[in-house]
Amino acid sequence: MSNAVAHAEAHGHAEHHTALQHHFETMQQQKEASTLGMWVFLLTEVLFFGGLFMAYLLYRTWYFEAFAEASRTIAIAPGAINTAVLIGSSLTMALGVRAAQTNQRTATVRWLIATIFLGLVFLGVKVYEYADKFEHHHVPGANFISESPWAAQEQIFFSLYFTMTGLHALHMIVGVAIMSVITWMAAKGRFDEHYYTPVEMAGLYWHFVDLVWIYLFPLLYLVERHN
Amino acid sequence: MLDTLKLPERHYLNNGHGLKSWLLTKDHKRIAIMYLISISAMFLLGGLFAAAVRVELMTPEGDLFLADNYNKMFTMHGVVMVFFFLIPSTPAVLGNFLIPPMIGAKDLAFPRINLLSLYIFWVGAAFFFYALFAGGVDTGWTFYTPFSSFASNTNVVPTALGAFISGFSSILTGLNFIVTIHRMRAPGLTWFRLPLFVWAHYATSLIQVLGTPVVAITIIMVFVERAFGFGIFDPTRGGDPVLFQHLFWFYSHPAVYIMILPAMGVISEVVSTFSRKTIFGYSFVAFSSLAIAVFGFIVWAHHMFVAGISTYSAMVFSFLSFSVAIPSAVKTFNWAATLYKGAISFETPMLYAYGFFGLFLIGGLTGLFLATLGVDVHVHDTYFVVAHFHYIMVGGAIMGYLGGLHFWWPKLVGRMYSEFLSRISAILVFVGFNLTFFPQFILGYMGMPRRYHAYPDEFQVLNIMSSAGAGVLGIGYLLPVIYFLWSLKYGEVAGPNPWGASGLEWQIPSPPPTENFKEQPVVHGEPYEYTPHVAREANLV
Amino acid sequence: MGSFGIPLFPEQASTFARDIDALYLFILAVSAFFALAVSVAVVVFGIVYRRRHAGEVGARIEGNLPLELLWSIIPTMISMVMFGWGASSYFHMRTPPAEALQIYAVGKQWMWKFQHLEGQREINELHVPVNRPVKVTITSEDVLHSLFFPSFRTKMDAIPGRYTQLWFEATKVGEYHIFCTEYCGTNHSGMIGKVVVMEPSEYQAWLAGGGVEGTLVERGGRLFQDLACNTCHLDTGKGRGPSLNDIVGKTVELADGTTTVVDEGYLRESIINSQAKIVRGYQPLMPAFQGLVSEDNLVALVEYVKSLSPTATTAAPAAATPPAAPAAASTNPPGAGEKN
Repeated sequence: MSNAVAHAEAHGHAEHHTALQHHFETMQQQKEASTLGMWVFLLTEVLFFGGLFMAYLLYRTWYFEAFAEASRTIAIAPGAINTAVLIGSSLTMALGVRAAQTNQRTATVRWLIATIFLGLVFLGVKVYEYADKFEHHHVPGANFISESPWAAQEQIFFSLYFTMTGLHALHMIVGVAIMSVITWMAAKGRFDEHYYTPVEMAGLYWHFVDLVWIYLFPLLYLVERHN
Repeated sequence: MLDTLKLPERHYLNNGHGLKSWLLTKDHKRIAIMYLISISAMFLLGGLFAAAVRVELMTPEGDLFLADNYNKMFTMHGVVMVFFFLIPSTPAVLGNFLIPPMIGAKDLAFPRINLLSLYIFWVGAAFFFYALFAGGVDTGWTFYTPFSSFASNTNVVPTALGAFISGFSSILTGLNFIVTIHRMRAPGLTWFRLPLFVWAHYATSLIQVLGTPVVAITIIMVFVERAFGFGIFDPTRGGDPVLFQHLFWFYSHPAVYIMILPAMGVISEVVSTFSRKTIFGYSFVAFSSLAIAVFGFIVWAHHMFVAGISTYSAMVFSFLSFSVAIPSAVKTFNWAATLYKGAISFETPMLYAYGFFGLFLIGGLTGLFLATLGVDVHVHDTYFVVAHFHYIMVGGAIMGYLGGLHFWWPKLVGRMYSEFLSRISAILVFVGFNLTFFPQFILGYMGMPRRYHAYPDEFQVLNIMSSAGAGVLGIGYLLPVIYFLWSLKYGEVAGPNPWGASGLEWQIPSPPPTENFKEQPVVHGEPYEYTPHVAREANLV
Repeated sequence: MGSFGIPLFPEQASTFARDIDALYLFILAVSAFFALAVSVAVVVFGIVYRRRHAGEVGARIEGNLPLELLWSIIPTMISMVMFGWGASSYFHMRTPPAEALQIYAVGKQWMWKFQHLEGQREINELHVPVNRPVKVTITSEDVLHSLFFPSFRTKMDAIPGRYTQLWFEATKVGEYHIFCTEYCGTNHSGMIGKVVVMEPSEYQAWLAGGGVEGTLVERGGRLFQDLACNTCHLDTGKGRGPSLNDIVGKTVELADGTTTVVDEGYLRESIINSQAKIVRGYQPLMPAFQGLVSEDNLVALVEYVKSLSPTATTAAPAAATPPAAPAAASTNPPGAGEKN
């Protein structure tokens, strides 16, 4: 059982949930505001990543050969594993929201921890991939070495690769941090079937970051692989 | 009636004392005041850079500053004024303070995010100050590549990061306003009963959330080029410097509408109040705000007509650029029509509104010259453009902001300022402004390029006129600092509604209590209703 | 031309100037009309409808649909006139006549280098004949610049990695300003010069004082030999590279199946970044000359190859051509952490 009822009695307004912030009139209004706010935020994220996708679109059209060759040097396996890991983590996230919705504290905490774990696996694989790129001199700038006739434009591909996956990884790190806070809150019994909005909002964010990866994977790893 | 007015005993300013109660506040009104202080300081800084530019330009030779230092002066003037003054100005100060009371709410939807947005603004400004003390930056506020990514040897990264960070302050403000306006209106307050100030901020917020992320990512791309040697815009590796311009202007054009729409919102409120008449064509003005926000996103390449885009693209963008002028014209005609058969008085806020009319007219109309391809080829990157955007940004946006400050000051602090001094200030600003910037139209058509440290002799007379005007303008801007500060202690007590204005914010005490309303109001009537009864009760004529 | 000693317009020294000034005056007249009309209205209303006593309120007028439509539609129509006139002038300004005299301009921090076909090289000064169309093909060696001739009413950016162009026909003998109008660093305001418009006979005389190295085509021909281009680009087309005879203005098929028109931009790109657009049927064997040939010499090579297509005229370089690197780039990408 949540602490909400105990708080309401102590507070003197029996009608409202502890989590109702006082500038809102009802829990419903608060939840609707939070939800709209998160969707607007995710819209800004679409525009944020969008600039990079625009640059990618332009240069892939201009330098397809360079992009294809560069993409073929990237190992598919880690990327594919990561894709599966992230999709799995979205599943555990959704199950966590469901558990919170049905007031199952232990299950909520377990599913959230699973999500965090999968997120960390993703990041670990990324560290491996980046280290590998350094070794093979695929980092644009001073480190870059390539015999290919398209070496110059391959640097553009890798610049976009690192910026896009790097930005995504940063979002994952923030996501893991947010999840940790939400897990702690769940463990402390802050949520119940009337109030689990933070879990749901964190879920929206997590799904969005997952979705960005689902676009990044084919665009960066799978260019002209059918040859 | 006047003698019986007293300040309320408990209000947001005295509800809690000490630094912590301010720095950790969730009250939108206190956050607005902190923004007011912050951006006023930045405006002063930006003004100093402008003074440096205008003094140098009094003589044709570059004899006051070394070329590199002059380049830093105009760059930092632009960076400070755009990112740290104009973008926040009306929304962060007046929007933050007034939107909750205007819609009958106790606070914005996300008070802590509001505070976060202020902190983020400070962090962004801190990055800029670091860049300033480390020697400045000289790329122009537009950071064009490849100069900014490879050739400049000044503090591009901290400046760019400062702008990047401040962008998030803007995004969060916009997000907060959108959710607040959608979800926290009092019962009975339908969309078409909202004050036009709220409509204007809603449209502005749409631009803030959709446009700012794009410039943010563009700055990141320049950052990775400079810091890590990546190549996205680097022509030696096949990158396209013009791509930067497309990405940059995709935000920076709508950004100018972030700056002007809130000011237009202020004008709607002021014109209506001081003619005691409802705004003519309310729904046209409301929809025009939205139209400006939408069209503002599809015209960006009119900054790039000579940048090597195709003739065909140029024609498309020129055509679209005229479309964005029409809603602004519609608004202007509606404001003028509001005055017809009004009951007009000329207190300072109305003087600022009149000043806005004159200056925004010229600024907006000169945009037509720039949208017209044949003429733009000649005047692009000359002082004609500089004059145009200052007419809109300063003559429009700042007049609106100052007019709003003068209109709502009694609500913010509970006291009136000196009407005599404020009228002088308004007139000085109007005259000084025209003297500063009108000659620049002529200079531009004559061919004087922008960002020039030294210039041919024949441009000197007009440059001297411009610099003289800047002096007058500066005085006009400094006066309010004096009489506003003076009013805090010695100003006449204002009461809840000194102007006889309509709007929920005028029905609560001045200054308002922290929670704004004791009980949530219920709205029955239309906006901008003026009755003789209320008019007589207003304690100022 | 000016009033009270204050200049208002630059000289009208090109065929564009009169039209652009007329368009400018038209927009000015329309703007002045609206500005005055609205200003007078608000001032008159302010006087006629000023508040006369404390309780006075304005009339309750909510709007007027016909009026709204009127003042939306009329400005729209006027804008369309402005747009149409401006677009047509612009199209004219961006379409150089086929017989235009070709000049090359290379901008670099902080000077303009001009090259005439006859071999004459100039820095910050450009001599041109009067009453003859002149086409200037422009590029930059480092950052963005912009070539502006106020008296001709035309300008165009100089972009590293690409060719852009402008054209004009000077109508008045004399000397006029050249300005750089894209901020480019320290000496941006020093990147100025003058264009000297001369009578045709004087221009010929000036040309005769000519370039020591011969015409651009001659210089390009020597470079073609020195850089061993002739060893692969045989006339027969059976060498390692395609024949360069009569290719300018033609559409060629590339290795990836797309096609492109052979113009100055393509020629330049093929030298700098040879692998980017190889003609179908040939192997990617050509070395990339990026960093090995200066922009000035690239211009000579391009002119030489153009001379092998005596019947062709090149159209405007396609603005959408992706950039090839600027030759012998004087800026190098910084290593990590090198610059702030």
